[in-house]
Amino acid sequence: MTNYFKLIVLGLITLLAMIAANFARDLAYMVNALTIMLVAGGLFLWTVRKTGEPVKKVDLSGEYMDGVVRYGVVATALWGVVGFAAGTFIAFQLAFPALNFEWAQGYMNFARLRPLHTSAVIFAFGGNALIATSFYVVQRTSATRLWGGNLAWFVFWGYNLFIVLAATGYILGATQSKEYAEPEWYVDWWLTIVWVCYLAVFLGTIIKRKEPHIYVANWFYLSFIVTVAMLHVVNNLAIPVSIFGSKSVQVFAGVQDAMTQWWYGHNAVGFFLTAGFLGMMYYFIPKQAEKPVYSYKLSIIHFWALIFIYIWAGPHHLHYTALPDWASTLGMVFSVVLWMPSWGGMINGLMTLSGAWDKLRTDPVIRMMVIAVGFYGMSTFEGPMMSIRAVNSLSHYTDWTIGHVHSGALGWNGMITFGALYFLVPKLWNRERLYSLSMVSWHFWLATIGIVLYAAAMWVTGIMEGLMWREVDANGFLVNSFADTVAAKFPMYVVRGLGGVLYISGAIIMCINLYLTVRKAPAVEATNQLVPAE
Amino acid sequence: MDLYSLLRQFADSWMLLALFLFFLGVILWVIRPGSTKTYRDTANIPFRHENAPAKAEANARKEA
Repeated sequence: MTNYFKLIVLGLITLLAMIAANFARDLAYMVNALTIMLVAGGLFLWTVRKTGEPVKKVDLSGEYMDGVVRYGVVATALWGVVGFAAGTFIAFQLAFPALNFEWAQGYMNFARLRPLHTSAVIFAFGGNALIATSFYVVQRTSATRLWGGNLAWFVFWGYNLFIVLAATGYILGATQSKEYAEPEWYVDWWLTIVWVCYLAVFLGTIIKRKEPHIYVANWFYLSFIVTVAMLHVVNNLAIPVSIFGSKSVQVFAGVQDAMTQWWYGHNAVGFFLTAGFLGMMYYFIPKQAEKPVYSYKLSIIHFWALIFIYIWAGPHHLHYTALPDWASTLGMVFSVVLWMPSWGGMINGLMTLSGAWDKLRTDPVIRMMVIAVGFYGMSTFEGPMMSIRAVNSLSHYTDWTIGHVHSGALGWNGMITFGALYFLVPKLWNRERLYSLSMVSWHFWLATIGIVLYAAAMWVTGIMEGLMWREVDANGFLVNSFADTVAAKFPMYVVRGLGGVLYISGAIIMCINLYLTVRKAPAVEATNQLVPAE
Repeated sequence: MDLYSLLRQFADSWMLLALFLFFLGVILWVIRPGSTKTYRDTANIPFRHENAPAKAEANARKEA
């Protein structure tokens, strides 16, 4: 019966997408409408083939729902490589402008590919990692199967459809020009639907949990899901110019719009890239170290302090703008205060290894997780420092900011995700161990050296250009033109690109290793065999 | 008084106090007597139901 309902809905969506593609006012909208038409049409045919077939009722409550986690792991690894490749390419575009090919003008130049890179690494790589690990962790720590049946599959495919729509939109010029919130209005609406379903699956699983307590990792994941829903809806309040076009107009204007954007932008860092990934840290580090978290009390204080303080830090992105001074001072003060919970969390993660430090020598996976926490500590020190108005006057608009973001994203988010993937793949595919630990070591060193090259190059070039911009001669005239600073940055841009090459090489080695783990590593022997008599 | 000033005054006073007290309350709650034992148990949740949900594991134990 539900299949007939599904067929009606899918048929209607296909039809409406056809109409939308026909009346489309711009190319991006048309391509997105055609994508939706193909997806809905394909699902229609798939559902038709299943309709009327006998359905076996199987009680699955006795096992975890890991299929969707497996898909999520594969998507994370693949999107990771896509995102890193885009990033490395645009890094070389900055060093060698000739890579903005004439034949691809308007589609593959830096400005079009840059949001593709940021969204691919943050939302496609990071987002899939968060969805997959949260589904894995919430089941294990609630001792129950995911709530909502196939809704989890809808969340996975729906989220990845969002990514495809956003990415094709960027290339073809649909953007609302808000950093990290570039997708246009209809893609935002779709993400809202998917995200509410994600919240329902996660919360439903927590509500039917068999453990009396909600493990701390789930608190972090839940705050990530709830806050991102709020941020996404408020920052994307926009009125479409036409329902047949991708262009929309923001509801907020002027400094209110800027403040809303950076309230969103900074909390995307705080709740997407920090709280969600801290959920990973609080599950996978104890699991890999085979020891419970160092201090559970500290983890609770860490949670409340982090979410209470992070939400106020956004205005530090708007120093020396039309934003009132009191607001940017507020953002600055809260950013500095935020240092404490961040380091509390870092200490909690690192000290989980106390008594098991020897594992750093023998286990490259835990080494990866530990360096992730180390980079978390480093970038949460650098961030508050850069938010101070005096420092910001030097660092803002320079490459220092880009270096800071990447030591956080490559070091913290990337490394903890790699660690989680190395943990998950053998478990999910029922393998005894990873295919090769020395490949993990190669990945570790390539990625680490890549980040060091990247961050060091950006520090040098960022501070250099900051100082060059403010240099004045005895008569008070500026000494350097903007083009002078661009020319001076060339060597550092090449080094940055090389850092990217190392980082993506490591990620490709990881993909090969994980593939071979699934294919070649020995399977775990069944545990319910007869026990030999002693 | 316009809405902005009203909200601003409320945010600067009572809301600030309420959030601050809530946070202090969290800390006091965390260090309440007897919490160490509870949290030791909670911290071990990741090591309990690795392969199957709670009900299934209980059934498997009964059958064994």
